[in-house]
Amino acid sequence: MTKIILENLAHSYLPNPTKDSDWALKPMNMTWQDGGAYALLGSSGCGKSTLLNIISGLLVPSRGRILFGDQDVTNLPTAARNIAQVFQFPVVYDTMSVRDNLAFPLRNRGMAEADVAKRVAEVAAMIGMTDTLDRRAKGLTADAKQKISLGRGMVRQDVNAILFDEPLTVIDPHMKWELRTQLKDLHRQFGHTMIYVTHDQTEALTFADQVVVMYDGRVVQAGTPQALFDTPEHTFVGYFIGSPGMNVIDAQVNGNIATVEGAQIALMHGFGALSGKTQLGIRPEFLRLSTGDDGLPYQISRIEDVGHHRILRGKVGTADVNVIVPEGQPIPADANRIIPDPAHTHVYVDDWRVDPAKAERAA
Amino acid sequence: MMDKPVNNRAWFLVLPVLLLVAFSAVLPLMTVVNYSVQDTFGGNEFFWAGLEWFDEVIHSDRIRAALGRQILFSAIILAIEIPLGIFVALNMPKKGFWASFCLVLMALPLLIPWNVVGTIWQVFGRVDIGLLGHTLKALGIDYNYVNDAIDAWITIIVMDVWHWTSLVALLCYAGLQSIPDAYYQAAKIDQASRWKVFRYIELPRMQGVLLIAVLLRFMDSFMIYTEPFVVTGGGPGNATTFLSIDLVKTAIGQFDLGPAAAFSLIYFLVILLISFVFYTVMTKDQGGQ
Repeated sequence: MTKIILENLAHSYLPNPTKDSDWALKPMNMTWQDGGAYALLGSSGCGKSTLLNIISGLLVPSRGRILFGDQDVTNLPTAARNIAQVFQFPVVYDTMSVRDNLAFPLRNRGMAEADVAKRVAEVAAMIGMTDTLDRRAKGLTADAKQKISLGRGMVRQDVNAILFDEPLTVIDPHMKWELRTQLKDLHRQFGHTMIYVTHDQTEALTFADQVVVMYDGRVVQAGTPQALFDTPEHTFVGYFIGSPGMNVIDAQVNGNIATVEGAQIALMHGFGALSGKTQLGIRPEFLRLSTGDDGLPYQISRIEDVGHHRILRGKVGTADVNVIVPEGQPIPADANRIIPDPAHTHVYVDDWRVDPAKAERAA
Repeated sequence: MMDKPVNNRAWFLVLPVLLLVAFSAVLPLMTVVNYSVQDTFGGNEFFWAGLEWFDEVIHSDRIRAALGRQILFSAIILAIEIPLGIFVALNMPKKGFWASFCLVLMALPLLIPWNVVGTIWQVFGRVDIGLLGHTLKALGIDYNYVNDAIDAWITIIVMDVWHWTSLVALLCYAGLQSIPDAYYQAAKIDQASRWKVFRYIELPRMQGVLLIAVLLRFMDSFMIYTEPFVVTGGGPGNATTFLSIDLVKTAIGQFDLGPAAAFSLIYFLVILLISFVFYTVMTKDQGGQ
């Protein structure tokens, strides 16, 4: 077990990338700490799987290096990296029994048969397939097959890291929760570095200590789930994490005053004069409904009751803005304004968050 | 339970198909059955012969020898074409220009009419003017498919391999193309050797197409007529007289319709039986459970 370092890593599937958009992965530096539980979160096609395949050695990056501890493994084949990986769709060896499937990676590494049997029994218990060990893998259901794939990923104990590429896509919701809990237990028990690719924020936030959000071939933010929620560094993070996601509203910012649709609101910090596309980012949790002339003009179009709170869908000018109203709090019939919480109002220029501390120093 | 309307008049809707099948398959077959139990001395006069012709065919040393040669021939070409086809398919490029190029190249022999294939090899193997025969002779190898039974067999087998291995390769190639990349990636992660990738991923995935390939190649080779007829005419002696060559000699050469009809029916049943055996054996462990 070791930490994994990506140095100036970039990848393109084209032989001669020229444009920015030719790169599936834009240059990045990143360190995955030994024993960390990471979630790699992002929408489809953002480069998550590419990054995963580069770490496991299924792809050789166009540029940069990968280090496992001190060892440069950039050009090492998958077999030499000692990595386990579970894919999105189940991969089982059809003609083998469940038992032989689970034993396959161990036998290929020449493990003694007695140890194989012991380890297979442990993993079978973990994925709940002890009773089906002697069945042929072929006739099983998709989620049973995926459990076998997961089992094969976890069966080796000496791996440098276990990579999961959206492994629970085909599993039914109840089993999903159970398997995720088991993965988490496994992580606590053995301390493997785990990287878990997903586009489901719930999955990411419940599994991982550290969430890495990717967007358009870049890592836009890496941090704890709380940090991603409180201070999204990129509008995509704000929008992607949270339900509903962060509201992003066009605004002019001057000093500590933001102007939206002719209405002015005060900010906590001074930002000087900003150039570029300026936007405010406020999570629906931090908007308060109001009447009168304070705050931003708001037009409610729909109210959704989701049980423990209500979600208001509406507009500020032309921008869609959602507001979360806690249970028990009334919604005034003449509500026409929303007041943002200044402590949770972020300013974005060209989609990146402006750090108020830096902005103040610059101003 | 859904209520299905039952109306026996619906059978009339199937009638056209039944008629078509009757005209195209059942009637001709029945003609053959009709001939097989009768004897004629010309003048369109027929006499009942019972199972006499069947008895004759079954006990004919000539036909038994032809059957032996036929089984040997099919066994040899299956033993060569199936593994060779798999090997070629495994080594064909997966995508890009060369993949298309290989596909076209492989398809070429399949597009050539049987008698042309026969003619090509008949000329190709000739010692006086054929490129192959002449070259072998120049190299000091004693090769002559006209006089030597072994040489005749080698020529016909090489010709069949040349003509039909492509079919096996193309079928296997299609089977291989249907394997998702994730399988190969998982095998790499699991550190499977090349042999294990073949044994546990590629071979199981090719099982379906291999069944088709084996059946097609068996049936075609068991019925082979045109190519050996053009190349060797069944000779030297009877060395390459396969069942259908013998059958045509009986039916059209000697106009022995009764024995030929009995022969045809037995021939048909043998093919059916062996195909059934292949099918049963190859699908035996596809049950799933």
